[in-house]
Amino acid sequence: MNRVSGSNETGSLSGSILLACTVLRGLMFAFAAAATDDPLYRFQALIVVAAAVVGGFALNAAMAAGLLVNDQSKYMDGVVKAGVIATMFWGAVGMLVGVVIAAQLSFPELLYFPEVGWLNFGRLRPLHTSGVIFAFGGNALICTSFYVVQRTCRARLFGGVLPWFVFWGYQLFIVLAATGYLAGITQSKEYAEPEWMTDLWLTIVWVAYLFTFLGTIWKRKEPHIYVANWFYLAFIVTVALLHIVNNLALPVDLLNHRSYSLFSGVQDALTQWWYGHNAVGFFLTAGFLAMMYYFVPKRVGRPVYSYRLSIVHFWALIFIYIWAGPHHLHYTALPQWAQTLGMTFSIMLWMPSWGGMINGLMTLSGAWDKLRTDPVVRMMVVAIAFYGMSTFEGPVMSIRAVNALSHYTDWTIGHVHSGALGWVGFITFGAVYCLVPWLWKKDRLYSDKLVEWHFWIATTGLVLYICAMWVSGIMEGLMWREYTPQGFLAWSFIETVSAKHVENIIRTLGGAMFLSGTLIMIYNLWRTVRLPSVDTSDALAAPLPAAA
Amino acid sequence: MSMWKHHGKLERHSLLLIIGIVLVVSIGGLVEIAPLFWIKNTIEKVEGVRPYTPLELAGRDIYIREGCYVCHSQMIRPLRDEVERYGHYSLAAESMYDHPFQWGSKRTGPDLARVGGKYSDSWHRDHLIDPRSVVPESVMPPYAFLAGKDLRTQDLKAKLEAMTRVGVPYTQEQIDQSMTDLQAQADPFSSDAVALRRRYGDKVVNRDFDGDPARLTEMDALVAYLQMLGTLVDFSTYQASAPANER
Amino acid sequence: MTYETIARIAQQGGLIYFGLIFLAGCAYALWPTNRDVFMHAARLPLEEEDL
Repeated sequence: MNRVSGSNETGSLSGSILLACTVLRGLMFAFAAAATDDPLYRFQALIVVAAAVVGGFALNAAMAAGLLVNDQSKYMDGVVKAGVIATMFWGAVGMLVGVVIAAQLSFPELLYFPEVGWLNFGRLRPLHTSGVIFAFGGNALICTSFYVVQRTCRARLFGGVLPWFVFWGYQLFIVLAATGYLAGITQSKEYAEPEWMTDLWLTIVWVAYLFTFLGTIWKRKEPHIYVANWFYLAFIVTVALLHIVNNLALPVDLLNHRSYSLFSGVQDALTQWWYGHNAVGFFLTAGFLAMMYYFVPKRVGRPVYSYRLSIVHFWALIFIYIWAGPHHLHYTALPQWAQTLGMTFSIMLWMPSWGGMINGLMTLSGAWDKLRTDPVVRMMVVAIAFYGMSTFEGPVMSIRAVNALSHYTDWTIGHVHSGALGWVGFITFGAVYCLVPWLWKKDRLYSDKLVEWHFWIATTGLVLYICAMWVSGIMEGLMWREYTPQGFLAWSFIETVSAKHVENIIRTLGGAMFLSGTLIMIYNLWRTVRLPSVDTSDALAAPLPAAA
Repeated sequence: MSMWKHHGKLERHSLLLIIGIVLVVSIGGLVEIAPLFWIKNTIEKVEGVRPYTPLELAGRDIYIREGCYVCHSQMIRPLRDEVERYGHYSLAAESMYDHPFQWGSKRTGPDLARVGGKYSDSWHRDHLIDPRSVVPESVMPPYAFLAGKDLRTQDLKAKLEAMTRVGVPYTQEQIDQSMTDLQAQADPFSSDAVALRRRYGDKVVNRDFDGDPARLTEMDALVAYLQMLGTLVDFSTYQASAPANER
Repeated sequence: MTYETIARIAQQGGLIYFGLIFLAGCAYALWPTNRDVFMHAARLPLEEEDL
C-alpha cells in the first residue's frame, strides 16, 4: 500500500517502527475480528487487517528496495503528488454520490430499491458530505500544507516516513468511514458520523500530521513563519480539539461497533454545533485561506496585499468563529443567551471574513489583466468572490428572525454549497492546477482551453444549484408558515415537498455539471502529467510518448 | 531582524503561535458550553420523562443506523405554525436521555418530535415498506428490509449498561430484565407486560408493532420507538411558567 | 455557584477577553519594529527556490 518515491539515504528507522506498528495493529484487529460477535465490528476490523497486510508488505518491499529515503537536500514531493491524485479521486467520488442523492430526491420511484438498505438516502448522504469535506477537502489540505510548509520554511518535511503514514493513514480513515456509513455504522452526529474505532484512528493520524507539520516548522531556515502556515496550524490544532471533544463517547463494548455519546440532549446539541460550525470555520475556511495566502500570490507573482491585515484577520477570525456555533440552534431548547451570543458573534464574523476576501482580491491589484489571460487565476478569484458571498449570507442567516425562516429548509443546503463548491472547490481546483505542472516539472498545463471549459461548466452548474436551493428553501419556509384567511395552516407538509420537484431536478442538473467540470479537470491533469518534462533528467527517467 | 534569529531547540515562535491558537479557540468554546452543564443540576426533571425501554432503545439505534436524522428533525420550535403543525414545542428535558441528541438540522421530511400516536402501527409499517403507497408524493426511501430482519438482541444488556455509564438512570433490575422487557413489549399477550409497565411507567403499551406475531423484527423496534416519540410529557398538566421550567 | 452567575461571568468575561485579544493582535500587527519582518515575510512565497 505504501508506494514511496525519492532518492538515496535510508529513513529505515522510522520505516521499521511504522512496520512494527502496522503488523501489531493488524494482529490486534485479527484477534478482535475473531473474538467479536458483532458483524459490523468484524467487517471494520477485517478492513483494518487487510490494510495492515497490504501496507506491511508494501512498506517492507519499499524498505528492501531502498525507496524509503530521507534526502535532506530535496523537498519531499512524492507524498504531495499522491495527495493531489487522492484529492481528485475522492473529489470525483464525493461529487458523484452528491449527484446520485440529489437524483434520488428528484426521482424517488426510480432510484430506491426496497431491499437494498445501503443505497438509501440516509446512508449515502453522510458518504457525500464526508466524501467531499474530509476526503476531497482533507486530502487537498494535507497535500497543499505539505507543499507550502516545505517551500515557505525551506526545509524538507519532518519525520522520515511519517508524512507517508499521515497520507495512507488518512486514506484508511476515509475507507473505514465510507464503508461504515454504507454498512450502517454511524453515531449520527453530522459531519462527525464515524464511530469510536474510526475516531481513535483519525486521532492518531491527526497527531502524526501535527508533528509532521510542526517538525517541519522547527527545521525552518526562514526566521519568520509565513502567514499561510499560521492558518494551516490553526486548522490542524483546532480540528484536533474539536474532533476529540465532540466525539467523547463510551463504546458499548470493546468488541462492539456502537458507542453512546458522553453528552445528551441540550449539552450534546451545543457541543455538536460548536464542532459543526467550527468544522466550517477551521476545516473549510482557515485551511483553505492558507491555500489562498500561498497560491494566489505565487500565481500572480505579487506579494499578499497587506501582511498586517492578514495577521489581524487571522486572530479575529479564529477568535470569533469559535463562538458562532449556537446560531444552528435558534428557537430550540438551548438557553436564549447562548443563542444570542452565537448570533452576535456570527454577525461580527462578517468583518474578518471580508478582511480575508479583500486581502485575497487586492493581491491582484496591478495584475488584473491576469483575470483575462489566466483561467487558473480567474478560478481562484471566483473562489474568493464566493467566499465573500457565502460569508455574507452566513451572518444574515444567523439572525434569529431570518433563521426562523431559513432553518430546516433547502436554503441552508444552498448556502453550504456556495461555500463548499464555490469557495472550497474552486480554490482547491486553482491550487491543484498550479501544483500539477510544478510537481511533475511541466512548463504548462496540457490545455488552458479545457480549464476554460471546466470553469464555465462548473460556474454555471454552481449558479443553477444555488438559485434552485434559494427558490425551494425560501418557498418551503414560507409555505410552512402560511395561513389561510380562516386561520388554518395553508399547506400540508407533503404539498411543500412536491412543490420542490422542479428545483430538485435543477439542483441535480447543476450538481451533474459541476461533476462534469471536475472530470474534465482530471482528464486535463492526466494529460498534463503525460507531457514531456522541462527537467531533462526527469524526461529521461520517464520516456513517455509526447502528448499531442 | 535580530530578535527573530534566536530560535533555540524548542522553537519559540511556533510554540507561542500554538499556545495563542489554543487559548483563543478553547476559551471561547468553554465560556459558551460550560455553563450548560450547570443546567443539568439546577433544572428539575419534567414529570413523565423516562429512559427508553429496551425495545425503544433498539428502535432508536435503527433510526440512527438508517440516518433518519438526516431528513427528520426532532425539535419543534416555539413558533405558531410549528406548534400547530407538530404539537407543543420541544422541552430540553425531553431529550435529556438522548445520547446523542436527535434534534436534526433539516426537514426534507416532517419533524418527528411528536409523531408518537399520530398514526397507527400498520400505517407506519406500510409507510416504511413503501412510503409512496400511503403518501404518493413522498421522496422517502423504502425500508422494506426492516420487516424481514430479526432484531439483534445479543448486545442489548451491554447497551443498557453503556447508557448507565453515560448517565442514564437505568436500575439494575431494568438491566437484568432487559431481554424480558423487550419481548414483552412486542407481544400483545405477554404476561410480563405488567412488570414492564411497573419498570417504565403506565403509558408503555405492548403491541405487535410489525404485524408479524411470529417474529421480533427490526420493524417492531423502529415502530415502537416512533410511537413513543414526544408522548412522555403530559402537556395538559405541564406548567411552562412554573419557575423550574423557566430558563 | 448558580447557573445564572456562571452565565453572567461567561458573557462579561468573554467580552473583555475578546477586546484584549483583538487589541493584542492589532498591536502586534502594527508594531513599528515588526514592519520590516512583515515586508520580508510577504515576499516569502515569491522568493523560494529549490532546497
